[in-house]
Amino acid sequence: MIRRLTDGLPRRALALLLLFAVVMALAPFFVSDYVLSVLIISLYFAFVGQAWNLMLGFAGQLSLGHALFVGIGAYTSAALFTHFGIDPWVGVVAAVALSTLMGCIIGYLGFRFSIRGVYFALLTIAFAEFTGIMVDNSAWLGGSAGLFLPVKNAGSIDLLNLRGPPTLFYYLILILTGGALVLCRFLLNSKLGLYWQAIRDDQEAAEAAGVPLFRYKMIAVAISSALTGVAGVWYAFYYNNLFPESTFATGRSVELILGAVVGGVGTLFGPILGALILTPLGELLTALTSGLQIDGIKTFFWGFCVVAIVLFRPSGVWPWLAGLLKLDGRAR
Amino acid sequence: MTAAASRSAALKVEGLTRRFSGLTAVDNVSFEVPPGAIHALIGPNGAGKTTTFNMIAGALKPTAGEVLLDGRSLVGMRPDQICRAGVGRTFQVVRPFGQISVAENVAVGALSWTDDLAEARRHALAMLELLGLADKRNALPGSITLPDRKRLEVARALATKPKLLLLDEVMAGLRPTETDRMVATFRRLNEETGVTIVLIEHVMRAVMALSHHVVVLNYGKVIAQGTPAEVTRNPDVLACYLGVEELS
Ligand SMILES: Nc1ncnc2c1ncn2[C@@H]1O[C@H](COP(=O)(O)OP(=O)(O)OP(=O)(O)O)[C@@H](O)[C@H]1O
Ligand SMILES: [Mg+2]
Repeated sequence: MIRRLTDGLPRRALALLLLFAVVMALAPFFVSDYVLSVLIISLYFAFVGQAWNLMLGFAGQLSLGHALFVGIGAYTSAALFTHFGIDPWVGVVAAVALSTLMGCIIGYLGFRFSIRGVYFALLTIAFAEFTGIMVDNSAWLGGSAGLFLPVKNAGSIDLLNLRGPPTLFYYLILILTGGALVLCRFLLNSKLGLYWQAIRDDQEAAEAAGVPLFRYKMIAVAISSALTGVAGVWYAFYYNNLFPESTFATGRSVELILGAVVGGVGTLFGPILGALILTPLGELLTALTSGLQIDGIKTFFWGFCVVAIVLFRPSGVWPWLAGLLKLDGRAR
Repeated sequence: MTAAASRSAALKVEGLTRRFSGLTAVDNVSFEVPPGAIHALIGPNGAGKTTTFNMIAGALKPTAGEVLLDGRSLVGMRPDQICRAGVGRTFQVVRPFGQISVAENVAVGALSWTDDLAEARRHALAMLELLGLADKRNALPGSITLPDRKRLEVARALATKPKLLLLDEVMAGLRPTETDRMVATFRRLNEETGVTIVLIEHVMRAVMALSHHVVVLNYGKVIAQGTPAEVTRNPDVLACYLGVEELS
């Protein structure tokens, strides 16, 4: 299993990855609270980006509604916690079940009725927006006034209820991101991954070579929505407040995937790299322009980034950086 | 040779018809291919050859008619099911998986009968060797020549361990020596494994060298069938090819 994971990875890549992991693991001891908060949110985007990339980058299915799965995960676990005191470790099971179910419903509709490409993406958007409206009208989920998690003594760590300082959430999301990276590498180097890539590259040819399209696309959307649901649980307990408008909006979905797009769709490390570039830059920009009161500057900046990427590094930053670091193509 | 029997299949096409809004691309086509035989499907451009393949392989639903593989109907089955039932096909316009290596392209085919990726990769390599593509195994399909991409199509179809192999103009664009090599490969495959082959081909050199039996289509209809020597003497066949192709 371990061998299979590292198989074909050049030594250099492994060493760099290890170095990266160590730096990230030690970061909280050296950086300020502010930088830590930026790292936390970067890793969150890296994790969700990885989950989203599994669908588009590996299996070729474009979702522009991944905020939906975050939202379902977040609202499920948060509602169970606030209303029934159910801890997030149990809540995550329900959250993942629900977000996966939602992913499978969308997948079923899209793949069964051959809704492809942009039209599939529109379907994901529709579901996200629709769910947002439902939550907005649900008093039980706080409606538009928001759902708030009870914040206990902030100083102490209550692992069971996921109450604690940012460092706790940092390590949690770091582990999740690392886990997702390992999982994706494992999946990509399996029959599943090869079938996904075949579907991505040419679905008719894949089908003619014996790939059951529906089943393998469903597996992709199920895994992707499950992982994203986990991210939602983390999100709810980190922020302690949820608003339907900001959780399910299409803008949110786009924000979630920008890191992966910039880093390199279809690559393993791209979503992580992209999130670690884009989020700090966005934060920096917000900080620099906070006095100027320019509305939508962040959105403008992101638009600029996407255009720049499409023009100059159409396959993302990571393939280019990997080339600079002399990691061969297989190490993506 | 025990494998031989298990890897041939009989194909029977009965009254196969496909209409595209007004145009009848394939019109009541019937032919039979006995197990282990090599048949050619020829005809001028637009005769309906590829459409016939698409219906056999399940990529297109027939408007009417039957396709039987060893007596079992394939109509209504999905392409991947038909593939696993033993039909391997190539595409006239090559359709490689562009972002994975040549070897992985072929491994996808092998995964139709095994879940073991290592085994699929080993089998893929054997197929690449068979087609003289082994040295290109790590290349991306976009970086190899068109004749090599044609070979890749064949390797991927072969990797599925078909009982019936449908080859759509895989020798187009090959030089005569390359054609001869490909012909030799198919003949050897057919002799060793017993695989039944139906090939669409404009390269008469290959048709003559390979096929036991030729079916000629024109405007969607079968206008002649018989041995290669018979059909090339058939006046109807000569007429439809007149000024279009050189039959020799
Ligand atoms: N999907 C489709 N929709 C509409 N018409 C089609 C479609 N596919 C094929 N046709 C038409 O059906 C006819 C037969 O096409 P087909 O591709 O089967 O010919 P062919 O014998 O393979 O020709 P070639 O030697 O040029 O490959 C042509 O007139 C073609 O334009
Ligand atoms: Mg054709």
